[in-house]
Amino acid sequence: MNVSTFSPPKLSLLTIIGVSAICLSACGPSEPITEGPPPDVRRLTEDQYKNIISDVFGASIIVGGRFDTPVRTEGLQAVGARNATVTAAALSQYDEMARSISEQVMSEPSRQFLVPCAMPGQVAFDESCTTQFISKTGRLLFRRPLTDDETSARTDVVRETTQRLGSFKEGLSSGLASLLVSPQFLFIADVVEDDPDNPGTSRLNAFSKATRLSFFLWNRSPDNTLLQAAETGDLHSEDGLEGQVERMMASPLLKAGVRSFFSDLLEFSEFDFLEKDSLIYPAFGAGAVRDAQEQTLRTITDHVVTKDKDYRDLFTTRDTFMTSTLGMVYRVQVKARPGTWEPYQFAPDDPRIGIQGHLSFLALNSHPGRSSPTLRGKAIRNMLLCQQVPDPPPDVDFSGFNDPNSPSKTAKERLTAHSTSPACAGCHRITDPIGLALEKFDGAGQFRQTENGAPIDTSGDLDGIDYADSKGLGLALRDNPATTKCLINRLYAYGSGNSMSSRSEWMTYLEDRFTADGYRITSLMKRISTSNTFYAVSAPDMSGETIETAANNAAID
Amino acid sequence: MRIRSTHNMSRRSLLRGAVAGSAVTVSLPFLDCMLNDSGTAMAAGAPLPVRFGTWFWGLGHTPGHGVEEKPATSPGINFLGEPAALNRHKDVINFLGKFNMPLDGRSNYPHESGWIASRTGSAPDKDKEIPATTFDLLIADKIGNKNRLKTIDISCTNNPNDSYSARGTYTRTAAEISPTTLYMRLFGSDFVDPNKADFTPDPRVIVRQSVLSAVKEERQQFMKQIGAADRAQLDEYFTSIREIENQLEVQLQKPAPNEACHIIPPPEVSDLVGGTAGVEIAQVQSTHETFARMLAMAVACNQTSVFNVTFSNSGSSLRKAGESLTHHSLSHEERVDPELGLQPQTSWFNTRSMDSLATFIDVFASIREGDGTLLDNTLLIAGSETGDAENPFY
Repeated sequence: MNVSTFSPPKLSLLTIIGVSAICLSACGPSEPITEGPPPDVRRLTEDQYKNIISDVFGASIIVGGRFDTPVRTEGLQAVGARNATVTAAALSQYDEMARSISEQVMSEPSRQFLVPCAMPGQVAFDESCTTQFISKTGRLLFRRPLTDDETSARTDVVRETTQRLGSFKEGLSSGLASLLVSPQFLFIADVVEDDPDNPGTSRLNAFSKATRLSFFLWNRSPDNTLLQAAETGDLHSEDGLEGQVERMMASPLLKAGVRSFFSDLLEFSEFDFLEKDSLIYPAFGAGAVRDAQEQTLRTITDHVVTKDKDYRDLFTTRDTFMTSTLGMVYRVQVKARPGTWEPYQFAPDDPRIGIQGHLSFLALNSHPGRSSPTLRGKAIRNMLLCQQVPDPPPDVDFSGFNDPNSPSKTAKERLTAHSTSPACAGCHRITDPIGLALEKFDGAGQFRQTENGAPIDTSGDLDGIDYADSKGLGLALRDNPATTKCLINRLYAYGSGNSMSSRSEWMTYLEDRFTADGYRITSLMKRISTSNTFYAVSAPDMSGETIETAANNAAID
Repeated sequence: MRIRSTHNMSRRSLLRGAVAGSAVTVSLPFLDCMLNDSGTAMAAGAPLPVRFGTWFWGLGHTPGHGVEEKPATSPGINFLGEPAALNRHKDVINFLGKFNMPLDGRSNYPHESGWIASRTGSAPDKDKEIPATTFDLLIADKIGNKNRLKTIDISCTNNPNDSYSARGTYTRTAAEISPTTLYMRLFGSDFVDPNKADFTPDPRVIVRQSVLSAVKEERQQFMKQIGAADRAQLDEYFTSIREIENQLEVQLQKPAPNEACHIIPPPEVSDLVGGTAGVEIAQVQSTHETFARMLAMAVACNQTSVFNVTFSNSGSSLRKAGESLTHHSLSHEERVDPELGLQPQTSWFNTRSMDSLATFIDVFASIREGDGTLLDNTLLIAGSETGDAENPFY
């Protein structure tokens, strides 16, 4: 690999990029010129790991084991993965997963399908078969062709294991395990090269470009067609890139990619640990937990992909999908047989509106036994408006909040104590009016008219827009400029791993284009994935190894 | 044993005592004065412990309801209401409290700054930051390399993220939450009974070594691809490779026999499923006891020398079935009973937590090892993130 040192973009490069941007967006202003950040390394997320295993070896392969605790940065685990490493405990888990996956791949009948050259009961090492298997599988796992050294190292593992255990199948299994614990698989490392069209500058190499594109649109590794486009250099051409983006956006896998983005944005990973008190909310069991997530993700993909509608209408839509399990929690009639889904539309006078009225949002942002206007308001600020709500101060006196002698019966009355306390008021004024609009939905998201026998006041305001109820909140959220800015911000960060913070011109450009495109996410994704900025990169600092690295070398040598 | 409740203590003193301390310690470990002059053995000449563990619970205890305060020179310890169950082990317990973690101008993150500062020696400068390695891992680096598993981390809350062991912000260990899975890790196919007369190195272990060796040999090539800023991230990965190799090397040696080691049957409890009862107190206590028995035998069978137990998370999400308020919510919102001088429901959760700590110690004390018990050869630090939940961190 040839890595150049960084030098500022030259005028000729700027001109070329500008012309290119104009070609990509025939209508409207051209893409601004943006200097790229240094290349990055990201650890595969749990979803990405599982997607790859399923794609390469089949959906029947079970991935067990525990992944290290993900870190959320700028609201996304996908961005937090930039700094994630692999602890010894995690590597132990990866090692176990690798062995388990390899054993499953080598078991009948998977082996016949995936390793056609290996004969049942074969004890002798077969170099040709090994090389073929390692090269083919390794290319899909490493997202590029293996080097000769990498193939040779795995071939040696297969040979040694075959001889030691007297089984070629065991040998191939070890070779595969060696691929699966490799950092080349577990980490997505941007690799840069000199840009031959713009001497003195750098660009992502074709395989890193393919990888960034594929994880953005599909949340999985490049498929064979995309790898071929990288191998031929086609991906570096404007037409080649556009062709691949068109193909990938027409694929059913686009929905999977959109689901992954929103699952990360809405922090659905927390569902793994969500619990509701079964005595207080008997209808909200494990089935409801499962279906609540699916309901929201189905609604989103149907709205923004299948119907290609205005993103903002997700906060006012009454269209959704329902199962009989969900019907019991929502208390609506569902004709679909258990385990199946049917389209459903909430009535015009129903207070449920938008995805913020779904069980998934309401239950996830509540306590196990009661609702929480503060958690719900904070979630909308953080997730949907990209506004960070500070943590509470450490020395709050809560004694007045739940005074049993107090006449307060509703959360709104109790929270008044917070809004009148100077230490609390700053944050509670920006969270509680939002969450209180959803107070007619209890801690499991079920509708209620009263709380402790008292009527519930759902009036409030969002950034100066007053409303009377959850419907008004939905409209205010839809029309809030921060709602669309936040989506753009998060979507770009999700795909690139980079912050939008130092790219104000790029942000403004995308905002304008998103508006002109009718706030359609598919258009936004296409615009980002065909842009120069999305792939822009500066040369890495390749200065001498760190002390730790040198120490590691010494220890290993 | 002693009570030391009136002096501030630095983390340095704590760690000096922790690494070189002995017996079971609740809250904090032994001090230099409990060791011999060179710090290599107990003052009375007993050998140093060879096992180390932490036990974490959220929200501490109600001030004034933990221990009877006495002058520093006064012998004996008397646990009051909430930790009263610990009285049956008071002869092997040190209690140290009233710690003050200087923030040095940094923000206080309730329920975070406390555990991070006490386990790393430095308060976080920003939310979610873990500025240094937690002391359990520093200890594991010293004594954990001779075992098949360097550490075992468990959480009784059904949430693997409830873990208080990390090498930094992005290297927080995920805890094991499934008794069944832990059992398979401990006593499954990789387990070698140390008391079996014969021993043959498992060729599959040698195979695993060659698998990792192939990965390790590509290190230099991989490092050449990435910038200086990312190398430390990958260094951690390759350090982990070396640790796993060390563990495999251990598996190729005949384990030292230990009469205390007896293989236990698999747990009868079924694993929890998300959305059920992960932090319901009765479930947590039951899971904890199952884990405690498994963990004690893992230690007795020399599968690990270092362990971390999370009974409840920082800020405690524990709850009682049918009650709308969690332990955390109660600690903030429940009124103080003027006659009792505490929040009754909150105190109930605090008491259950200490009951379970006493149970954990019971389990270790019940296993005979040499002339004493497994407990005699284990140093346990139990601690919380706050001493006063109503005023977290202070």
